[in-house]
Formats: sequence, structure tokens, C-alpha cells
Amino acid sequence: MRGYLPDYELRAPASVDEALETMAQAPGQWRPLAGGTDVMVELAAGKLPPGKFLSIWQLPELRGITLDDDHAILGALTTYSDVRDHAGMAAEYPMLVQAARESGAIAIQNRGTLGGNIVNASPAADSPPALLAYGAQIELASVRGRRWVDYRGFHTGYKQMGRQPDELLTRIRMPRTPGGAGALHDYRKVGTRKAQAISKVCLAALGRLDDGKVAYLRAGVGSVAPVPLDLVKTEAALLGKTLDAATIDAAVAVAEAEVTPIDDIRSTARYRAVVSRNLVRDFLTALAAGETGARVHD
Amino acid sequence: MSHVNVTLTVNGTEHTVSVHPMARLLDVLRTEVGLTGTKEGCGEGECGACSVFIDGVLTNACLVPVLSASGTTIQTVEGLEGAAETLGPLQQAFIETGGAQCGICTPGMLVAAASLLRRNPDPSDAQIREGLAGNLCRCTGYTRIVESVVDAARRMKEARS
Ligand SMILES: Cc1cc2nc3c(=O)[nH]c(=O)nc-3n(C[C@H](O)[C@H](O)[C@H](O)COP(=O)(O)OP(=O)(O)OC[C@H]3O[C@@H](n4cnc5c(N)ncnc54)[C@H](O)[C@@H]3O)c2cc1C
Ligand code: FES
Ligand code: FES
Repeated sequence: MRGYLPDYELRAPASVDEALETMAQAPGQWRPLAGGTDVMVELAAGKLPPGKFLSIWQLPELRGITLDDDHAILGALTTYSDVRDHAGMAAEYPMLVQAARESGAIAIQNRGTLGGNIVNASPAADSPPALLAYGAQIELASVRGRRWVDYRGFHTGYKQMGRQPDELLTRIRMPRTPGGAGALHDYRKVGTRKAQAISKVCLAALGRLDDGKVAYLRAGVGSVAPVPLDLVKTEAALLGKTLDAATIDAAVAVAEAEVTPIDDIRSTARYRAVVSRNLVRDFLTALAAGETGARVHD
Repeated sequence: MSHVNVTLTVNGTEHTVSVHPMARLLDVLRTEVGLTGTKEGCGEGECGACSVFIDGVLTNACLVPVLSASGTTIQTVEGLEGAAETLGPLQQAFIETGGAQCGICTPGMLVAAASLLRRNPDPSDAQIREGLAGNLCRCTGYTRIVESVVDAARRMKEARS
């Protein structure tokens, strides 16, 4: 049954500073509400614990995408549609654009935000693998100040993360020309069907060869661990190596050992392990074959 | 928590309603503003029956706490072009091409189709299917709906030329 409205409080602070002050007064008691595409679904299902919310949706300070010399900087309220509509995103961050295209339908893309996707912390979320592969950092703000932290390592356990209860996620940034010129960007979401399905496995991989050797590699995977997973061991096994068949076989074995999927309503652990392995192999094979730019899977 | 006053401009008319701030925009439109064209199917963002425009942006009204829509301009199916006295080309196309059967999904389909056609006046079948992917219909099998949107695009093009 739907949540009972009098159990909830909702306020709309006029600025980020006001939001931070409210959150500081009673840390952990006020939860931000951005696009509401996760929170309102919990309310509808009667699963939203009674509590206090701060609507941040109308704070212009948290919107917008800008590119400076070193970074692309995205406000926490950047929606999937904002990502899809931004030419600079398509040019340099095609995996994030692909994640945005494949997250829900248009009305969800118009409302769901990157900040909400990160802090909601579902291991099945579709943008975290791309953000991990692109070496993103996130800015956390509180009355104590603002700090940038690496997104890699932010999720520490199922729905647990390195965010203090009074901190608001304000911005996300990614280095320009990620992976370097000539990198291969490969985003693959595998679900029950193409539209509107939650991922069974999703891989975002970014790599570059230099003189036939792996000069850059970063990959994130969704739905195969309690957190959006970085394939750190697979990366370490490949850096500096020539991508021949034996190296690929060995790296695929490392990747398969690195994922720890479970059985749930959407898929099985076995299926997820096999798909992860195949996606990694497919990416490495394309990289070895000299493919560059954004791989297209439509 | 007590009620707050929220001002919305709906289909060109300003309304100030006294509501719980977490009330869904869907319920406020239907019960406070009295516009029941916007439907509830799933209540969780999957079906699109509650589609409206908020400041021109296609949105599921079931997922919007009304306070987050404070001060915005909303367009519902009742406010679509040609919906008041005479029907516009979009509605006419749905009637004549069989895009509506029981009708529960139709308001959402019309709003989502209007959103698509504003951005892309001449969409391909694949683009129509993508644009309407968030709108579920249990009657038509979708083919007639896609054909209705193609028909609407043709009628609109004729009206422009
Ligand atoms: C029909 C449907 C389909 C969906 N499909 C997909 C999909 O394919 N892939 C996918 O990954 N997700 C999907 N989602 C889930 C959801 O849309 C995304 O997770 C979205 O990005 C959440 O963003 P939001 O702004 O709506 O979050 P909200 O619901 O507003 O918030 C989610 C959580 O994040 C916290 N939060 C939000 N913003 C901040 C901030 N700036 N700082 C600190 N905490 C914050 C909130 O307190 C809350 O705990 C779908 C949802 C629906 C309803
Ligand atoms: S009622 Fe809103 S999407 Fe189904
Ligand atoms: S016409 Fe009945 S649900 Fe679409």
C-alpha cells in the first residue's frame, strides 16, 4: 500500500546553502529528493520509511553541463536527457550517453538525475559503470565545506558509501579526452529486452593500445557485485601487455574471478558470470583488432 | 505535516492549491484542479498514463511531489492543441487510425506523442517506438498507435504547408 502522506515532511530550500544548513541541523534526518524517480516509487510501494525530505529539484546551482580545459563538470541534477542532448557528451563520453539512452523511457530520462542514480546506489544502476570507466570524481558539500572524492571506491558495500549523512552530492566531473586520443569506448547493457528493462549485466570499458600494448584500461560493471564494480584486477593484469590470444584468455579469467554475482529475480549468478566474461572478451578482441572510438551495438 | 500553498499554471490558468507538499502532482491535477484526463495506471513510472508536460518537458505526474512543481507551467491532455472544442490532428489521427480502444492509455499516449512530434515532426517508426516506450497499452498491440502517430505527423505537415 502507498505510503501515508502525513508520515512525511517535504521542504524546498531556496539555495544549496540553505539545504546544507537544514541537513546539518539533524544529520541523516533530511534526505534530498531530486527527480524522485527512485524515492516516489518507494513511496508508491509503501516502502519509503517515514521521514523528512528536501526537494532540491528546483535549485539551478545543481544543474548544467560545462566543459573546461581539464574536465567535463555536470551538476548533480543533470538528467539523462541533458546528457543525451549535449553535443560535448556524445563527442567525448559516448558510454555515458549510451547509459542515458538506455535508462528508462523518455519521461524517466527527463526526470532521473545522475546524482540520484549515484546516491541511490543500486548495483544494477546503468550510469555508474560508465562513470567508473571515465575516472569520475564527485563533489560532496556540507556546511563544513566541499570536497572532491574519486568515484572509484565511493561505494563501500550494498547501499553503503563514503558520503556523510549531512552531505549533498553537488557535482560530478570527468577528465577530458578520457583514455586519451584513439581510445575504444564500449558500453553494453544486457537486459531482458532492449527498452525499459533493468540490467542483468552492464559493462562500460575504456581502453587504448600504444604500439600494440595496453596503455590505458578502465572498466566498470553493473549487477555483478553488491556495488557497481571496478575491474581493478583485470586492469592490472593487462596494463603494458601485448593483447594476444593468451593474454586475452588470462584477462578474461581474471575478470570472471573478480565478479561476484548473485541469483535474483532478474537473472542467475551463473548467467551473469558468463555474460560478464563474454562482454570483457568481446571488448578486448575489438581493442586488439584496432577498433577505436565508440562501439555501437544497435 | 500540514498543508502548504502551491501555485501551478495548468493549461493557461493559474491555480493555488492547499495540499500536502509530498502529494503527487497526478492527484493534485485530478482532485484539486479537477482535470481527470491525466490517468493513473501503475503509479510507479512504468506505464505513462499520467504523462503531462511540466515547463514543456514530458514527465510522469505520478512521480512528482507537487512541491517540486511549484511555480511551473503544466500542460495536460485537456490542454493539448485543439483539445478544447474541436480535436486537433493528433487526436483525430488516433480516432481514425484506431490508436485508441478502451482509452485508459490514450491521454498519456497523446501527450507523449505530442512531445515526440514537437521535437521531431517527421519521426521514423523506430523513433515513434522509442518516444512511446514509456507508455503501455493493453488493448491495441501498439501497431495502430504507431500508425496513428505517423498519420498525425502527416496531418500536421499538411496543415503547415
Ligand atoms: C520506470 C523506471 C525506469 C527506470 N529505469 C532505470 C534504468 O534503466 N537504469 C537505471 O540506472 N535506473 C533506472 N531507474 C531508476 C531511477 O530513475 C534512477 O536511479 C535515477 O537516476 C534516480 O534519480 P532521481 O533524481 O530521480 O533520484 P531520487 O529518487 O530523487 O533520489 C534517489 C536517492 O538519491 C538521493 N539523492 C538524490 N540526489 C542527491 C544528491 N544530489 N545528493 C545526495 N543524495 C541525493 C535521494 O535522497 C535518494 O536516496 C528507473 C526508474 C523508473 C521509475
Ligand atoms: S501512473 Fe504514472 S507512469 Fe504509470
Ligand atoms: S487503448 Fe486500452 S490500454 Fe491502450
